[in-house]
Amino acid sequence: MDITVNILLTIATAATPLLIAAIGELVVERSGVLNLGVEGMMIMGAVGGFGAGYLTGSPWIGLLAAIAMGALFSLLFAVMTLSLATNQVATGLSLTLLGLGLSGMIGTSFVGQPGVRLPNLDIPGLSSIPVVGKLLFGQDPVFYISIVLTAAVMWFLFKTRTGLTLRSIGDSHTSAHALGIKVIRYRYLAVIFGGACAGLAGGHLSLVYTPQWVENMTAGRGWIALALVVFASWRPWRVLAGAYIFGAVWIGQLHAQAFGIPVPSQMLSSLPYLATVVVLVLISRNKRLTMMNTPASLGQPFVPDR
Amino acid sequence: MSANHDGANLLEVRGLTKIFGTLTACDHIDLNIAKGEIHALLGENGAGKSTLVKMLFGSLEPNSGEIFWNGQAVRITSPGAAKKLGIGMVFQHFSLFEALTAAENIALSLDDGSPISSIAAKARALSYSYGLPLDPDSLVGDLSVGERQRIEIIRCLLQTPQLIILDEPTSVLTPQEADKLFETLERLRSEGKSILYISHRLEEVKRICDRATVLRHGKVVGHCNPREETAASLARMMVGNEVQAVVRAPVDGIETAQPLLEIRGLTRKPATPFSIPLKNISLNVRAGEVIGIAGVAGNGQGEFFESVSGEVLQQDAASVRIRGKDAGGLTITGRRLLGAAFVPEERLGHGAAPRMKLSENLLLSRHATDGKAFVGAGGMVKSGAIYAASQRIIEAMDVRKSAPDPEAAALSGGNLQKFIVGRELDRRPSVMVVNQPTWGVDAGAAAHIRQALIELSRSGSAVLVISQDLDELFEISDAIAVMHNGELSKPMPIAEATFEKVGLLMGGAEPGHAEHTLETA
Repeated sequence: MDITVNILLTIATAATPLLIAAIGELVVERSGVLNLGVEGMMIMGAVGGFGAGYLTGSPWIGLLAAIAMGALFSLLFAVMTLSLATNQVATGLSLTLLGLGLSGMIGTSFVGQPGVRLPNLDIPGLSSIPVVGKLLFGQDPVFYISIVLTAAVMWFLFKTRTGLTLRSIGDSHTSAHALGIKVIRYRYLAVIFGGACAGLAGGHLSLVYTPQWVENMTAGRGWIALALVVFASWRPWRVLAGAYIFGAVWIGQLHAQAFGIPVPSQMLSSLPYLATVVVLVLISRNKRLTMMNTPASLGQPFVPDR
Repeated sequence: MSANHDGANLLEVRGLTKIFGTLTACDHIDLNIAKGEIHALLGENGAGKSTLVKMLFGSLEPNSGEIFWNGQAVRITSPGAAKKLGIGMVFQHFSLFEALTAAENIALSLDDGSPISSIAAKARALSYSYGLPLDPDSLVGDLSVGERQRIEIIRCLLQTPQLIILDEPTSVLTPQEADKLFETLERLRSEGKSILYISHRLEEVKRICDRATVLRHGKVVGHCNPREETAASLARMMVGNEVQAVVRAPVDGIETAQPLLEIRGLTRKPATPFSIPLKNISLNVRAGEVIGIAGVAGNGQGEFFESVSGEVLQQDAASVRIRGKDAGGLTITGRRLLGAAFVPEERLGHGAAPRMKLSENLLLSRHATDGKAFVGAGGMVKSGAIYAASQRIIEAMDVRKSAPDPEAAALSGGNLQKFIVGRELDRRPSVMVVNQPTWGVDAGAAAHIRQALIELSRSGSAVLVISQDLDELFEISDAIAVMHNGELSKPMPIAEATFEKVGLLMGGAEPGHAEHTLETA
């Protein structure tokens, strides 16, 4: 029983950074902006979070620094693509490259240093309930943030007027502009929110998952988050499902490798990607829902004619 | 033209000028709109109406000139600013969100903070009271042009603006629905609201507008009282010379002519939960005749066109027959090879690829039928041949353009439509099916396209025209059938057809029983 609980806990820890980064990117893409710089913003959050935590000794200050770092880094992207109307794909890619390089440079002196770890939630009494106690009440704080964030984004997008406005901008920025909606302002806020989420996801890696700084420690998670958003057809609960399927198969194949199952390890390592894509494609079969949820103006720069 | 600010004018425009590169789209325009008047803005496509209206609505910035609102000089810097002043606009194109529902579209333009859940009920109630019924829960992407326009109108009216700009509002309504709209406009006028009414339908301008300003080539060429003018004199002011009336010679012995397009019991299930199923449609189009299909937008015309053109295949191969051969299972290319040609409703994106040159667009629909002429060995495109052919079409259809071989998107709507229709006519097809041949096209271009379709039929082809413009159908058709809720009425010979009969069928009177309905009505 304990093994099962421990496996479930590691799955949650593996899925949390993916979920947070993907939910942030989902909001960005719903506003019609494609930011391919998730990996770069995430690694900047990771190095910023680790650095601030290491220097102050407080993991909470580290977490805030991670969020701020991601948001600040995304602001660079926002200025380029929204105010200067540069190509979003190229700018996003260069943001990733810049983030990977810059974080390596900032983090040179952090390599090998012991980090601080965000403590798990531990409610006396509740967290000692067998099985569910640890799962529900004994995880790290970022796990709870990720679940609340997903629910909040769902509520915001589909139940609030501001969320409706954001979706309308993603559907047609020219129509939104014609209605007097401030397209650029909304998109700035969405991009910065996405950056903050990516930063938080990075902070989770360097303050919870493996509390240390290793260059390139995001290891492609930003790209997985990006793919999750698309395969989940821009629906928050599907992003959640996707992140957890990925996390589960990821942990499962690690255990399988440890048991020495006679399957090439490369095959096992590719399983999480394959399983996530297959499942999300299967649940996205409804063409009509996909059409309703795909932001039609995704990736197009908005320049109102004057 | 009064130059004094007497306060009775809601909006005064002085010397408004907009220059795009070398083109002066609006050249020192003066316009006064009084409180409580319906003011018509007339002009052909490309005369500068849209540019002027966009400047009034804040989506374009004038190069020079002044705008006075209630006697105060104002700068309208954004659509938001225009809305704040009290200017509302019903666009002809591109201002709805396709992935959202009708209610959500309406909610977005309301600033009163009312919850989205209550807007659906409010929109339904208002739409019925204005005589423009709509289902607030339907997805805009599934709606036809006409239904979208209803949402636009309702959305604008809900904002209670002082000045309402309407861009071609009735082109997609039944005559009875248009009457309802006119009642609404007259009610708004009696409430002291002003309306700027853009239309190419001169009869309705004469009927409801108090004054008119006529634009030609970006300049104001005249102000008039439309009630004192004739449709012909208004058209002359717009175009600068006489518009050629469309001539339709009567045909004899059509009953014995060969049917070139036969539709037999065509049935289709709805493609999406909101689209219209086609119910047992049968129709023959014979060599030498033009058959018109009337109907309010969204009654299955789009589905019907897709089925006939082969964009959607039929289970029953005999349900569409072209020149005596079963074509229901053939793709659009297969049907073209049998001698048919198709012009879809949407010009940009469906009929033509916007960012490709006209000559390249020629190849889009003719790569198979004219394969030998346009495509050489190894699939290489003969660019000289397609260029020469596109120039031939441009000349035949009088397409006006700024470059020898411009991108499709660079042409005005009317000129692009002339090219797309000309592209098919150039093949001399024996069956021609056209959906909305002159939607949003100016009078001169529309007359040209209509005459070309009649001439094609008189040279022995079968022509089927689907249109929401009744004037057009009465001008060119030898018989008119009406589509309502996926069913098609029997074609009514043009000699027996009246606006009233067709209008009743469009509103849902039982197909094939028009006479009976009239007796009881």
